[in-house]
Amino acid sequence: MDYTPHTSQDLETMLTRVGAKNLRDLFGDLPQDLIFPDLDLPAPLTETEMMRHLRELAAKNSSAATSFLGGGLRAHYVPAAVVPLAARAEFISAYTPYQPEASQGLLQAIFEYQTMISELTGLPVSNASLYDGSTALAEGVLLALRETGRNKVLVSQGVHPEYRKVLKTYLDAIGAQLEEIGLEAGKTPTTQVSTEVGAVVGANPNFLGALENLAPLAEAAHASGALFVAVVDALSLAVLKTPGSYGADIAVGEGQPLGNAMAFGGPHFGLMAVKENLVRQLPGRLVSETTDVDGKRGYILTLQAREQYIRRGKAKSNITTNAQLTALMGAVYLAALGSQGLKEVAARSVVNAHQLAKRLTTIPGVRQITPRPYFCEFVLELPKNPSQVRSELAKRGIHAAVPLPSEYGHNLALFAATEVHTERDLAGLEAALREVLA
Amino acid sequence: MIAEKKEVRPESPLIFEKSLPGRRGVRPPAVADVDLAELLGAENLRPEPPELPEVDELTLVRHYTGLSRRQLGIDVTFYPLGSCTMKYNPKVHEAAVALFADLHPYQAPETAQGALQLMYELQHDLSGITGMDATTLQPAAGAHGELTGILSIRAYHHSRGQHAQRRLVLVPDSAHGSNPATASMAGYAVKEIPSGPDGEVDLEALKRELGPHVAAIMLTNPNTLGLFERKIRQIAEAAHAVGAQMYYDGANLNAIMGVARPGDMGFDVVHLNLHKTFTVPHGGGGPGSGPVGVKKHLELFLPSPQVVRDGETYALDYDRPQSIGQVKSFYGNFGALVRAYAYIRMLGQEGIQKSAALAVLNANYLKELLKEQGYRIPFDRICMHEFVAQPPEGFKTVDIAKGLLELGFHPPTVYFPLIVKEALMVEPTETETKETLQTFAAAMGEILAKGKEWLEGAPYTTPVRRLDELQANRRPKLRWEKG
Ligand SMILES: Cc1ncc(COP(=O)(O)O)c(C=O)c1O
Repeated sequence: MDYTPHTSQDLETMLTRVGAKNLRDLFGDLPQDLIFPDLDLPAPLTETEMMRHLRELAAKNSSAATSFLGGGLRAHYVPAAVVPLAARAEFISAYTPYQPEASQGLLQAIFEYQTMISELTGLPVSNASLYDGSTALAEGVLLALRETGRNKVLVSQGVHPEYRKVLKTYLDAIGAQLEEIGLEAGKTPTTQVSTEVGAVVGANPNFLGALENLAPLAEAAHASGALFVAVVDALSLAVLKTPGSYGADIAVGEGQPLGNAMAFGGPHFGLMAVKENLVRQLPGRLVSETTDVDGKRGYILTLQAREQYIRRGKAKSNITTNAQLTALMGAVYLAALGSQGLKEVAARSVVNAHQLAKRLTTIPGVRQITPRPYFCEFVLELPKNPSQVRSELAKRGIHAAVPLPSEYGHNLALFAATEVHTERDLAGLEAALREVLA
Repeated sequence: MIAEKKEVRPESPLIFEKSLPGRRGVRPPAVADVDLAELLGAENLRPEPPELPEVDELTLVRHYTGLSRRQLGIDVTFYPLGSCTMKYNPKVHEAAVALFADLHPYQAPETAQGALQLMYELQHDLSGITGMDATTLQPAAGAHGELTGILSIRAYHHSRGQHAQRRLVLVPDSAHGSNPATASMAGYAVKEIPSGPDGEVDLEALKRELGPHVAAIMLTNPNTLGLFERKIRQIAEAAHAVGAQMYYDGANLNAIMGVARPGDMGFDVVHLNLHKTFTVPHGGGGPGSGPVGVKKHLELFLPSPQVVRDGETYALDYDRPQSIGQVKSFYGNFGALVRAYAYIRMLGQEGIQKSAALAVLNANYLKELLKEQGYRIPFDRICMHEFVAQPPEGFKTVDIAKGLLELGFHPPTVYFPLIVKEALMVEPTETETKETLQTFAAAMGEILAKGKEWLEGAPYTTPVRRLDELQANRRPKLRWEKG
């Protein structure tokens, strides 16, 4: 089944009007020997059949809605109002708001989003979103290198390993150098920053879940003329010190915890906020308030000379389509909860994580690796292979224990707790893990 | 209650301006009295909470519902935005996505076999539709796919010891801005090739630039004028003769979706915009998805991981030593992949080819109707899924766009491609009825008839009228400040 409305009468009328005998005629400019090939696709389905097929596929997955998996994405609750509002027909079926008179709804929503991200990060300027946390980091680092004219990057091992991989891909592309600062006892040591370094990157909380005082590292960066990039957990900023307050020039992060379903890894949105002096280096779209010819307040895309469609090869980034709808979900989420609600989500996640760690470390052979204080994720050393443990737990209906890459050590697994978890869930994981490790 | 007299264009307060301290919306599950300072360390806590809106749920609902009514989308009106393929986004796709919402990318692979199978099959289907040998689903949008594709080409040249010599990427002057911007991000110099008098790549000019220093040519076909590049095989031959790779920007694939395959025309790499051709909703500017297909000789370089099948089991393959690495966390914008998969399953080969053909028919039909209304067509021949028009002598394209807004239509893409003055790039797509095209053409005529003075003042009754862009640029105000 397809979605074309043409009747056979329409076809006749329209073909006649354009002077073609049949539809094939319209492709006269194409090499005739290769048109209408066989595509090797299954037979078309009706809507009913397609949904049945997808339900069958979905039945081969098991839901992670109350999982204890972390590592960039977590099982937070998405309030019922978020999707119906953000995905209203007018928003979901629009494109980039290049025509502001027809796009005040989205433009105002983005302006509000920029304000919320600015409030969370303690930095004055937020863009309208990037693809995800990992590409936001890569773009943030490229920004720092442009601004400083330098070609080397120092990144803490506390930054998500996949983010560091993505960063490496982007840096290899322009021949910039990437050097890592190894964690010591689960935290980033303050290191010397040489004058070739344009960007220093740390994460708070770090990938092990531990809170870090990044101020000394930011100071070391600034002392040598580099910029400091902080990778943040958006939810944690409800209660934790802002990157702006500890000296970050650029804050980047993954927006999923703010009202986005986990969706097997995407789509979500990447947030980026910067200091005022970096605004003209910022990648991606930006919305400004302005006035119309009648003096009425309105919103419009601004500083567009940064972007590819104006500056082409000299643009700050190639980004075009970003993650507007998922960022809008983030904004609706933040407005739905308010600062008090967000704090409660954070607090309950923190408390649950601490109770969970307490329970799990009573199991023989289990040892906590993440130092205190930590947010809502933590790493345990297990007496068994973590991949096997994850599978064994899954057989018992519980998703937990993300195996850590070997760079962090042997038999390590990451656990997370959120506001969705109850006392019973925590006890359930404890009992299951005890059984699996026995 | 007596309704107040309605203002035509009321101001829209910010959600912050509707906020009142102490108001609550959604309430998360209760937490017992906790001492965050004890758990997190007092020195780690922020002294002041972020200032987020404090509203009740109904105020929230009315706020965003109100904003949505100040917004045009495909579901509201005809939206012939050229190069963007604003086709109808089937509602069933949203139901399909919901079935996969609660999967975590790090859950044990044996508990996500359905999701992996879907990805595996989509890799296969997209390879088939583009005529490529392998496809990665990881890139998050078209421009991201461009970067992935160009980096794969770079890794290929590297593997042959030719990276140092090949420093240049060629793009036509009609190319989208993301093409040269991508080449720069991949560390390449960029050169623009002028188009010939027929609007197509000037083969002789291209040949003069080709040589062992060229890494790739990036082409959109049909090009951004909506014309099929008839010399595509000669172009590919000339490129391959000097060892350059052929990159296909798939933003315009809708014209030839399933009708002709980039791989058969001589392209080595193709990116797709699932949010255009495969009807993933544009979402007001994303999220999208930009899978990249490549020929066999480039497969090794695609990002890690790829979804593979071993008997009846699907798995993520990270063992890709020659890969360019990762371009995004996890496995791509999975939600977009579900929608594209559902679309392809419903259309099948027949529906895919028919949709492309009718997109082309709609564009040609509308082109004829606009000619009748006095619009000029600089390259007037059978077009593909879109065409570029110009207003009659003396009219400005920006005014045409604003006039259309007054009549409730979303305008075409304006002032692009750069090689046509006062360009109006019109892409109706296959999901529009003949009547809609006729109504739109009539509106295009009507605004001309209203005259220049009316046009220059338009729009009149939209939520705001023409905005002061200069002020926004000189003194950008990028966030709300407490008054
Ligand atoms: C011709 C062309 N190429 C590339 C792109 C970039 O794609 P995306 O916006 O998905 O990044 C676009 C669209 O916006 C386009 O029209």
